[in-house]
Amino acid sequence: MPKFTLNGKEVQFTEGQTIIQAAANAGVDIPHFCWHPSLSVSGNCRVCMVEVERIPKLVIACSTIAAEGMVVNTRSEKTLAARNAVMEFLLINHPLDCPICDEAGECKLQDYAYKYSAGESRFTEEKNNKKKRVALGPAVMFDGERCISCSRCIRFCDEIAGKNQLTLVKRGDRVTITTFPGKELDNPYSLNVTDICPVGALTNRDFRFNSRVWDMSSTKTICSGCSRGCNTDVWVRSNEILRITPRSNPDVNNFWMCDEGRLKTFRNVNAEDRVSGPQVRREGKLQKVTWDEAYSAAGELKSYTKEDIAFIGSPEATVEDNYLLVKFAKSVFGIKHLSMLDHSVTGSGDEILIREDKSPNAVGAKMAGIASENDELDFAGILNGIKNGKIRALYILEDSKLSEYPQLIELLSKLDFLVVHAVNYSPLTKYANIVFPAASYTEKNGVWVNFQGRAQRIRPAITTHETDRSIDGMSMSRLDKFGTKFDSWGNVNKVEARPSWKIIAGLMTIFGHKQKFSMAEEVFREMSDIIPAFKGENYDKIGESGAFIAGKPTAI
Amino acid sequence: MSGTVPKKRLKDLSFWQKIYVPEIIKGLSQTLKQMFQPSFTMEYPEVKFDPPASYRGRPVLVQEENGIERCVACGLCSRVCPALAIEVQAGETEREKERYPEKFEINMLRCIFCGLCEEVCPEEAIVMSKDYEIVFTNRADALYGKDKLLTPIAKLQDRINFLRQYKG
Ligand code: SF4
Ligand code: SF4
Ligand code: SF4
Ligand code: SF4
Repeated sequence: MPKFTLNGKEVQFTEGQTIIQAAANAGVDIPHFCWHPSLSVSGNCRVCMVEVERIPKLVIACSTIAAEGMVVNTRSEKTLAARNAVMEFLLINHPLDCPICDEAGECKLQDYAYKYSAGESRFTEEKNNKKKRVALGPAVMFDGERCISCSRCIRFCDEIAGKNQLTLVKRGDRVTITTFPGKELDNPYSLNVTDICPVGALTNRDFRFNSRVWDMSSTKTICSGCSRGCNTDVWVRSNEILRITPRSNPDVNNFWMCDEGRLKTFRNVNAEDRVSGPQVRREGKLQKVTWDEAYSAAGELKSYTKEDIAFIGSPEATVEDNYLLVKFAKSVFGIKHLSMLDHSVTGSGDEILIREDKSPNAVGAKMAGIASENDELDFAGILNGIKNGKIRALYILEDSKLSEYPQLIELLSKLDFLVVHAVNYSPLTKYANIVFPAASYTEKNGVWVNFQGRAQRIRPAITTHETDRSIDGMSMSRLDKFGTKFDSWGNVNKVEARPSWKIIAGLMTIFGHKQKFSMAEEVFREMSDIIPAFKGENYDKIGESGAFIAGKPTAI
Repeated sequence: MSGTVPKKRLKDLSFWQKIYVPEIIKGLSQTLKQMFQPSFTMEYPEVKFDPPASYRGRPVLVQEENGIERCVACGLCSRVCPALAIEVQAGETEREKERYPEKFEINMLRCIFCGLCEEVCPEEAIVMSKDYEIVFTNRADALYGKDKLLTPIAKLQDRINFLRQYKG
């Protein structure tokens, strides 16, 4: 491997790497605004200038290819002076907006101003004024004064989203970003520009002004929007999800996520219609009962046999949830009818991230034993069975698409007994004899397997009645750490819900099959012993970036 | 175990002190003397204390003459408050400053009157008033919302002048 000298130390690099990449690999961060590891090099911000021996002028590290024997200094007096000069230029017309700017706290310009700038401005003239609050599209708001014309957003639209929607216009200090005439910034990935914009020029209209970033906690988890399973961070304040941002994973979603996944996948978690507390239908009405009462009421399932009961798993639930459903059906009833709904929407996918399968865990649910070859009836078969009266009882895991599935809903009144795990109230709960409140994907631990066959962990970002941020090792904001129930921000909304695997484990006790699980991890451990695909896997191995699991299925 | 050591007085009393009477007379004559001196006590609550501009009473929000608050809901006061007394929820307004506090709440059970919120505020929007009469009988009433916090600027001019003279 070739070597060059960086700040007096020999470091290795790969042929063809630029100085900024080689330095990053060696753990040296060279400041940059316009350079982004996944976009083409533009070289316009000039803040990455470094000194290279025997080159008379400073060079920009983002576009200078590293060469054998090069001697690079990122901390020399000349470099620091140049950096300071660039910062001074960028700040000449920059507004003093930090207090009202959403970016504050995660702003590159703000950070670099502290780190690399002298902190004094010699500019006594009046700052120029540009348009603030320009809606570039349905999801993105633009502030002209804060823009530093780095062109990251333009390059993103061209190179990643494949849509020519943004451009720079005018020159000098009047330069600004705009959409092409008659066009909007409305591509399905538009909100990624708010993440890569190094300043607060582009903001998420949905999240704008909702919270200061330092008041939120963030939790590493997975998007539930489709079978891509983009890695995400879920941002929470006062136990309410306020935004979702992509977390980088080069094997899955790189730095990006789609707008649909970002904006729609947490609405139902915050919604008013969350099911809280187990409920049993008495005299035609759902009544809140204790867990034990609900379990013993569900004991009525004993009067059905494998011929007249069917189970519906869920590609939205975790592998642990589905596994325990299979275990329950197998050990108590010796299952025959076990299936789930396919969430695919033909033609809805693209070549970038979005998949046709709108569920995050279809592959994992199948691996856990849902819809295996041994089952007698598939999903359509189960519907048929209900129609002709053969199937009289149904047990359903939480699945938001199922409750919007008219072919099933219209048959529900034919059933004698219906048990539903539900996150929100829905047409399903209307017919249910027993409703178990299921924890949403942001309230539990578990594993999903994406379309590539990659196992990825979801983690709880908000608390339920049964979880506690500090005891359960969840991420905590400053407010979570010091709030009490007497503070209005500490007195938060919590639902009384359990992850489905826990509900089923509790239920199995009634049927004389006591389970010893107290954590999702233990369920997974058992699966890894029994199911070949999960062999040798564990939560630590899957970690933050996921793991391809054995018996990798083909793309679906 | 060691035996008990007899306690020693710091200073043994003299004979005159031991018989007490002269000491009592001394004390009473002091009291008598004070009765004819000018008095500093205020008969609160009939007579109220009017604090100087440097006084740090409960923090309040400055309301401009047009009835609008100065606060832009930046949340810096909330961030700097060592007692976590302040909660701000920003909202969007059509006005030039873009943001305003949809909700602004100070928990007067938490506030320690340090004045850091006043010091950090970039808008001179929160200042320490002269109000020291902070009374409530339950926790919920201790949460002062915008209704209790917004104070016309005319009433705060004294403090604002003081800040302009001495702050920063
Ligand atoms: S973009 Fe950054 S530096 Fe500019 S106002 Fe916003 S937070 Fe401050
Ligand atoms: S809007 Fe942001 S990303 Fe786009 S050019 Fe301006 S500073 Fe760069
Ligand atoms: S592509 Fe799929 S997984 Fe990724 S953000 Fe969009 S919906 Fe979520
Ligand atoms: S620091 Fe000032 S402007 Fe900012 S939220 Fe507090 S009172 Fe409002």
